[in-house]
Amino acid sequence: MNHTIYIPLDTSARSLGADAVAAAISAQAASRGVTIRIVRTGSRGAFWLEPLVEVATPSGRIAYGPVQPGDVAALFDCNFLTGGPHPLRLGIAAELDFFRRQERLTFQRVGVIDPLSLEDYLAAGGFRGLDQALAIGRARTLTEVIESGGRGRGGAAFPTGLKWRTAHDAPGADKYLVCNADEGDSGTFSDRMLLEGDPFTLIEGMLIAGYAIGAAKGYIYLRSEYPNAERVLAAAIAAAERHGYLGRRVSTTDFAFEIEIRRGAGAYVCGEETALLESIEGRRGQVRAKPPLPALQGLFGQPTVVNNVISLASVPAILAHGAEYYRDYGVGRSRGTLPFQLGGNIRYGGLVEKAFGLTLRELLYDFGGGSASGRPIRAVQVGGPLGAYLPETLFDTPLDYESFAGVSAMLGHGGIVVFDDTVDMARLARFAMSFCAHESCGKCTPCRIGAVRGVEVIDRILGDRDRPAAIALLRDLCDTMTQGSLCALGGLTPLPVLSALEHFPEDFAIRPRTHAA
Amino acid sequence: MTSSSAAVLQDPPRDVAAAAIAREGHRRDALLPVLHALQDRFGHVPAETIPFIAKALNLSRADVHGVVSFYHEFRTAPPGRHIVRLCLAEACQAMGAPALRAHVEQTLGVGMHETTSDGTVTLEPVYCLGNCACAPSVMIDGETHGRVTAERFDALLAEPRGRS
Ligand SMILES: Cc1cc2nc3c(=O)[nH]c(=O)nc-3n(C[C@H](O)[C@H](O)[C@H](O)COP(=O)(O)O)c2cc1C
Ligand code: SF4
Ligand code: FES
Repeated sequence: MNHTIYIPLDTSARSLGADAVAAAISAQAASRGVTIRIVRTGSRGAFWLEPLVEVATPSGRIAYGPVQPGDVAALFDCNFLTGGPHPLRLGIAAELDFFRRQERLTFQRVGVIDPLSLEDYLAAGGFRGLDQALAIGRARTLTEVIESGGRGRGGAAFPTGLKWRTAHDAPGADKYLVCNADEGDSGTFSDRMLLEGDPFTLIEGMLIAGYAIGAAKGYIYLRSEYPNAERVLAAAIAAAERHGYLGRRVSTTDFAFEIEIRRGAGAYVCGEETALLESIEGRRGQVRAKPPLPALQGLFGQPTVVNNVISLASVPAILAHGAEYYRDYGVGRSRGTLPFQLGGNIRYGGLVEKAFGLTLRELLYDFGGGSASGRPIRAVQVGGPLGAYLPETLFDTPLDYESFAGVSAMLGHGGIVVFDDTVDMARLARFAMSFCAHESCGKCTPCRIGAVRGVEVIDRILGDRDRPAAIALLRDLCDTMTQGSLCALGGLTPLPVLSALEHFPEDFAIRPRTHAA
Repeated sequence: MTSSSAAVLQDPPRDVAAAAIAREGHRRDALLPVLHALQDRFGHVPAETIPFIAKALNLSRADVHGVVSFYHEFRTAPPGRHIVRLCLAEACQAMGAPALRAHVEQTLGVGMHETTSDGTVTLEPVYCLGNCACAPSVMIDGETHGRVTAERFDALLAEPRGRS
C-alpha cells in the first residue's frame, strides 16, 4: 500500500526541523520496506505544532505534531501511516479548534495542497477567478473588485478597485503591475506563508489585476530575507509559464502577461511603494514625492498599480465567488478577512485568518492562549514597527481599520507582537526611533535628523537628565516628524514612541541606567 | 554561498558581472540583479567590478557606489565563510533576542558587522526573518532557524564551522 505523508516546506516549519523530520521518515520507511510518498506543503500556520506531519487516511488527513526526528521510529511502531494512536496524534488536521474557528478565504489552500502542483491547484478551485474575469471582461472585473470593498493589505488600506480603475483609465503606452512582497514589517509573515504555501493564488491574482488594468508585465519585489519563498515562487512561475497561464496567450486568449521577480537588498524603506519603484529601476530606494500617484506615473514613468501580496491573493476568491460573497465578511468599511499574524511572546503563535471585527483580546487569548512565558501580557504592538503599543485596557478594541484609528493605532499588515510583563517599554520606544534612524532614506530632515535626535532624547530620559524637559522635547520632536515627514516611516515612527509613553509612563520614570537596546 | 578560491580563479568577478549583464540587459534596472549575482557568488560586491558595471549600464561610478552603499545587504568586503544573521526585531526581542545576542557576541568574540579572527563567521543583524511565531530567529548561511536558545545556537554553529 502506498501512503501519502504531508510535511510543510514552509520556512517556519523548516526552522523547527521539518527537513530533518522528512529525512527521518524517508529513512524509516526505506528500512521497513514501506512505500511512501512525501508531499511538501505550505504550513497551515499553527506554529507551536510544527513540524506538523499529516498522513492521508480514508477518514481524512490525520495530524501528528510537533514531531522531532527522534519521534519517527515510535510513530512507525504505532502505525501512524494509517492514523494509529500516539501521544503526538492530534486528530484530523482541518478540524483542530485553531483552524475550525477561522474564516479562510485567502489562505484556504495554504498548508493543504502541494504548492507547486497545478493539478492540485485546479482541483482545489484554482483559476476559477481568472476564468471568470476573462469571461466578464475588464470593466466588470474592475466593478467586482470595487464592489467587494477590498482595501490594500500592505498598510495604507487604500481601496484596491479604485487604484486599479485609476491606472486603467490613465493614458500610457505600457502599464505595470507591481506586487509588493517586501514584507518588511517585523511581526508579519502572511506574505511569506502565502508565497511558500500557495503561490499560484498570487499568480492568479496578478493575472486578474494585469488583465483589468491593461498591463502586460508584472514584477514581484521580494525581500532577500525570504530565499525559501523565492525558490518556491520561481518554480511556480516556471510551472505557470509551461502550462500557458503566463506568456503571450494567457489561457489561450489574446491577453499577454509575464511576471519577473526582483529581489530586495535589506532596506525597510523599499517596502514604501515609490521607493520600491526606484529600487526596481536600479536606484537608491528613496521615496518619491506624491503627486504624481504611481497609478498615473509609476514604474518607468508609466501607470502602475502597486499592491501587497495579500491584496492580490484575495482577488481570485472575489472573482470566483462574487463581490458580495467577500463583502459579507467584516464590519463597517473593513470588508472581507485579514490574515492576522500572532508572534512574539504568545503560546499559540501563527496565522489566524478572520473577518474584521473580532477583538484583540479574542485573538490573544481565544486563539493565542495567552503568553508563551505564562506571565501576564502587558503590551501588544499591532501593525509592524510603525504600529502603536497597546495596553491591556485596549484589548477589547475590535480589529477593524476605523476602530484602530479611533485609539490612535493601526492594523497595518495585521502583525501582532506580544510582550509579557518583563518588557521595558522605554527601551522599545528607543528601538523604534533607532530603527527609523537606521532605515531612513534620508530624503527629508524631520525623519533623517529627527530620529537621531529622538534616540538622544530618549537616552536623556533614561539617564534622568532633566527628564520633564526631555519628555516635552520628545513630544515636540514626534510632532515635527508626524507633520513634516514625506512618508510613513518618519510620519508614523511617533506612533510606537508616543503610545509607549502614553500607555506605559511608569517605564519612563527614574530608574537605574540601562544598556542601550 | 561563498565559493572556494579555485572557483574564484576560474571566474574573475568581471566575468561574473559580464554574464549577469548579458542576462539582465544593458539597462539601469539591471543594476540590482547584477549586484546580487556578484554578492551571491563572492559574498560581496568586488570593488574592481564597479567601473565595469558603470560603463556597461551607462552610469557613473559614483552612481553605482551610491546604490551599493544605500542597501544594507550589499557588502564591499569579503565576509567570513559563514554568515550568521541574528534577528533583532520586536517579536524576537519579546522572546529573548537581546540575551541571545549577548551570548552570540561573547561566544564568537565579535560584534555586529564583524568577522571572527579565524575568518569563519561574520555576524550581522537582521530586522525580521518572517519567523516571528517561532522567535528568536537566526539565519545561518541562508537557512532560518527558530526558537534558538544559547545551547541550540552553539549546536547550530558547530555544524557549519566543523565543515569549513
Ligand atoms: C516605510 C514603509 C514600508 C512599507 N513596507 C511595505 C511592505 O513591506 N509591504 C507592503 O505591501 N506595503 C508596504 N508599505 C505600504 C506601501 O507603500 C503601499 O501602500 C502598498 O504596497 C500598497 O499596496 P496595497 O494597497 O495592496 O496595500 C510600506 C510603507 C512604508 C511607508
Ligand atoms: S520620512 Fe524618512 S523614509 Fe520617508 S521620505 Fe522622509 S527621510 Fe525618507
Ligand atoms: S521579529 Fe524576528 S523573525 Fe520576525
